[in-house]
Amino acid sequence: MAGTESPKNAMSLSQRAHRNKYREEKLAFLLLRISLGAAMFILLVILFDIASKGLGVINWEFLSRMPHSGMTKGGIYPAIVGTFYVTIIAALFAVPLGITTAIFLNEYAIRGLITNLIRTALRNLSGVPSIVFGLFGVALFVQYLGFGVSLLAAGMTLGLLTLPVTVTAAEEALKAVPQSYREGGLALGATKWQMVRSLVLPPAFPGMLTGVILGLARAAGETAPILFTGAAFFLPFLPDSLFSQFMALPYHLFVLATQHHDITAVRPLAYGTAFVLLVLVFLLNLGAIMLRYRFRRRFQR
Amino acid sequence: MQLHKLRERAIRLFFLLCGLISIFILLGIFYTLLNNSIPALREVGITGFFTTGLWRPTAFGAPQFSTLNLILGTFMVGTGALVIAVPLGVACAAYLAEVASSREREIFKPIIEILAGIPSVVLGFFGLVVLAPLIARIFNIPSGINAMNGAVLVGIMALPTVVSLAEDAITAVPQEYRHASLALGATRWQTIRNVTIPAALSGIIAASMLGMGRAIGETMTVLMATGNALAMPGSFLDPVRTLSANIAIEMGEVPRGSLHFHSLFMVGLILFLITFFINMLADIIFERYRRRA
Repeated sequence: MAGTESPKNAMSLSQRAHRNKYREEKLAFLLLRISLGAAMFILLVILFDIASKGLGVINWEFLSRMPHSGMTKGGIYPAIVGTFYVTIIAALFAVPLGITTAIFLNEYAIRGLITNLIRTALRNLSGVPSIVFGLFGVALFVQYLGFGVSLLAAGMTLGLLTLPVTVTAAEEALKAVPQSYREGGLALGATKWQMVRSLVLPPAFPGMLTGVILGLARAAGETAPILFTGAAFFLPFLPDSLFSQFMALPYHLFVLATQHHDITAVRPLAYGTAFVLLVLVFLLNLGAIMLRYRFRRRFQR
Repeated sequence: MQLHKLRERAIRLFFLLCGLISIFILLGIFYTLLNNSIPALREVGITGFFTTGLWRPTAFGAPQFSTLNLILGTFMVGTGALVIAVPLGVACAAYLAEVASSREREIFKPIIEILAGIPSVVLGFFGLVVLAPLIARIFNIPSGINAMNGAVLVGIMALPTVVSLAEDAITAVPQEYRHASLALGATRWQTIRNVTIPAALSGIIAASMLGMGRAIGETMTVLMATGNALAMPGSFLDPVRTLSANIAIEMGEVPRGSLHFHSLFMVGLILFLITFFINMLADIIFERYRRRA
């Protein structure tokens, strides 16, 4: 009877295989969990490093004073104000355009060549490197339109950069509005625009706001597009018109970290700037995430 | 009634025009880059940008315009970033999509978004002050500001893109596939490995390519962390300069309209075209995948 296994033996073999595959599953899931943990760990290390070394620098003077003594002392007030201004300009430019584009794509467009082209263009725009936007800004806004190196040129360049984010989020918000709203409006004899304006846009509004905030967060943190379109190395006063240069938080961090003549002396200031920038971007992102969460729940009910 | 119709038409046209602006912007970027590169192309010739040599546009007497080392540096950082972002990102995505409870998902997904929100200049700063000394100590080299530093940072940057897109791809796999596999006695892990991930593969590949596109275009992080040396790098422990960093370093100092100025636009054009083709390819793969699913 050599070569054939007894039934008892076969049972234990299959049982072992059974046990093995669950052991393998446990191990694999553990590895996946470790991967996620690693990603979280990286994030935590970055945040902890910036926060622990940046927090000590933060005080009212740091936030409200001009830098002085060759930027080795004083605060970052003009950089905060500059970032605020440039972000607002970017939003004024990107938000109307983004929302109207989203309305076209979701409400008016018929599936076809033009819609596909617009979507492809938007997807590609979101992949265009930020430094290329900077080059485009130099050629179009600074030179061709004659804005010069200015708040306006930098803001519009940032606006272009955030356009795809705004469109995508605004479209998502429009998609979340139930189809029955539209059908109801049309059945009552409303024209398309009346229907869109009074039935689709109001419930989609909070979702669109989410997109706007996400776009703002992106714009506030970008450096490359403003390098040659408007950001100044050092300006001890606030920009007084759309055509003046400005200081910005991300560029100021770059300057303090790599361009300053005494990098080690300004390291604490660099950490402080990084911390303020991170807090600003996180507050914007957090606001957007919370808004979206509430918005989604409303339509799930 | 007629007036009503006219108004509706006008409104429709208005929205159409707004929609078309995106196309014009993309074409405008391409046109601007090309138009501003032409003076440089005339003088140097297209081969001048791709012959062996260095990027030395201001060298007295014999300026050189070779972008080969810059392209090599760009791809070193890009592929290095992928080596980090793709395995880690797909593992995170698989966990979030297939294993995690909905509560876990609700916690971790926003956190991943926070990672995506870190400004690139802050990551670059982190690379400069934390990662560089760490790399220098691990490999026992004088400076940790090199290609590896940039690759790790950009990998971290690309991670959220890969996670969220790969998760979308995995979630989009029809539930029947999983049920069939589980009904045949496979464990959940065997189902993930042999059924779900292969079925989502093209989506995952497209996600990786989009991550690559982002990595290649990244400027500030790379500018601050890779050392920006023009010489040909011998390994990941050498400093490199990428296409994007090259523009960022030199654009601020060139006289407008000079040959150097226009040659930087040519570098921008090369960068634009590389990312454009990578994104298009990712797009095509995505489209195929969507149609099949």
